[in-house]
Amino acid sequence: MTTSPSITSPDRRRSGLVGLLPWLFAAGVVGYAMVVGGYAATVVSFALIYAVFVTGLNLFMGFAAQVSFGQNAFAAIGGYLSAVLTASHGWPPLPAMLLGIAAAVLVAAIVGFPTLRLKGHYLAMGTLAIGLITYEITVEWQSVTQGYMGISGIPPFGIGPYEVTSDRGQLILLSLVVAACAFAAARIRRSRFGRALSAVAGSEEAATALGIEVARYKLLAFLLSAGFAALAGSLFVHVVGFVSPEVFGLHMVIVTFTMLYVGGIGTVAGPLVGALIVSLLPETFRAFKDYQDLAYGAVLIVLLIYAPRGLASLFSPRGRS
Amino acid sequence: MTRLRLDGVTRRFGGLVAVDDVSFEVPAEGVTAVIGPNGAGKTTLFNLISGFLAPSAGQISFEGKDITGRPPAEIAAGGLVRTFQLVKLFEDLSVLDNVKVGCHLQGKAGLFSALLRPASARREEQAVEARSRELLAFAGLSAFADEPASALPYGRQRMLELARAMAAGPRLILLDEPAAGLNTEESAALSRIIRRIAEDGTSVLLIEHDMTLVMNTADRVVVVDFGRKIAQGTPAEVRADPAVIAAYLGTGKPATQEAPHG
Repeated sequence: MTTSPSITSPDRRRSGLVGLLPWLFAAGVVGYAMVVGGYAATVVSFALIYAVFVTGLNLFMGFAAQVSFGQNAFAAIGGYLSAVLTASHGWPPLPAMLLGIAAAVLVAAIVGFPTLRLKGHYLAMGTLAIGLITYEITVEWQSVTQGYMGISGIPPFGIGPYEVTSDRGQLILLSLVVAACAFAAARIRRSRFGRALSAVAGSEEAATALGIEVARYKLLAFLLSAGFAALAGSLFVHVVGFVSPEVFGLHMVIVTFTMLYVGGIGTVAGPLVGALIVSLLPETFRAFKDYQDLAYGAVLIVLLIYAPRGLASLFSPRGRS
Repeated sequence: MTRLRLDGVTRRFGGLVAVDDVSFEVPAEGVTAVIGPNGAGKTTLFNLISGFLAPSAGQISFEGKDITGRPPAEIAAGGLVRTFQLVKLFEDLSVLDNVKVGCHLQGKAGLFSALLRPASARREEQAVEARSRELLAFAGLSAFADEPASALPYGRQRMLELARAMAAGPRLILLDEPAAGLNTEESAALSRIIRRIAEDGTSVLLIEHDMTLVMNTADRVVVVDFGRKIAQGTPAEVRADPAVIAAYLGTGKPATQEAPHG
């Protein structure tokens, strides 16, 4: 280093503090929901569940720069396995959730192996098909999923005799899960594994030339992403107590993409910020009545014009670190 | 000792024979250059050696081991690493992180090491950091360590690509036109760096158009034209070879004239 440390270090400290802002914002929102409870708590709970899903999506789409329109399929696998095993077979939630995640990762491996040979638009189309097929299965396999009727009476999350039933309890549980997911993403970012994903994102040819097995790293990112999706799916059914095919439909794909881009694709804080903003914005425009969607749409456009790499990128020194 | 050996290597694209029955050896010591007019098949030859293309015929062996048609990542892991004619940096990453990616083959930490960060992974990470900073100093890039790679001027991007390839710990490094787009001063600095790499024990095989660089840097030159090897020897021998002069300056036959490159 030839730059003088006396110049760089206060600069770094300041950017470190600025980097905390997205997390302080998230903590503020969750804290507010804790105090107010009721409807606000429900909205924020859903946002946190989405944050888990989008954190996983970000590993595949942000860190490794691949495209998947089908991660909702893995949320559906996690959610339905949790629902069926607990509501219909009397399993406790934790093993049902773990089995759901394992099943989603297994399916992702079977599907990902051939699909990940596709690139760009073809990969996008392939993954879209996975989401649609899973949706059809949840609709048609009535003996297990009860079709459009859905499954109700799913117990809340808990371990042994301890059940998380209150709004506030759920918020705490979900906050802890989100924090763990963000922590995992941050650690992955600054590791040999994460650098290999960045290399795949930057140039597959250059990555290959440096001995990185591109196909292997793409598949691993896809599996991780599927695991996060299944975790989110399972959390959802235990928080709501009900599941139907619509929960994991195409709407979820659109909402989570919006969250990823608004929050900041490729950043660590982006998925959480995006999930909170996109969940809360429509609520804050409730006073606009008929014009609510219009105001929401307008804000999204403004955000993407002035923060094209997402809100979280405004707070990180290089836009992507 | 022979590090790389090509035996009758041929590559056809439909009716076009881009590389035609080429054989030569690259010894463990020093710098070997492949020269030839544009379109002579030099880059195709590099793609064949590094596994980015499979030869239609012939055999390539590295340190006595047959690597013909092996996947490129495996060839790199074996100690044969290449750079590209058009710089391919990881533009969103910092200069330092680019070199750290280059260290991939030097480590083995996986997903669980990333998440749990055991002592072994922390030690590995420290070693990667130290080695990367060393290579940045070697390439004269220390002052830019925290800049995004895309912010570097072109000449320094070339140096970064070289440092990144060296981070992979190659025993043979293939440089595809490393001086393309460099000015005289940068080209001379590059020449010194290439000599040092060779002196430190990594054998160098380079493709180059910049004749000054080749003549000052290479110990041996292989000349190809129309996909065939037409001459081989020291820079002085090759420069005096009538076949080489004919290929470069033309003999009145249809043009094989060298076009300007960029």
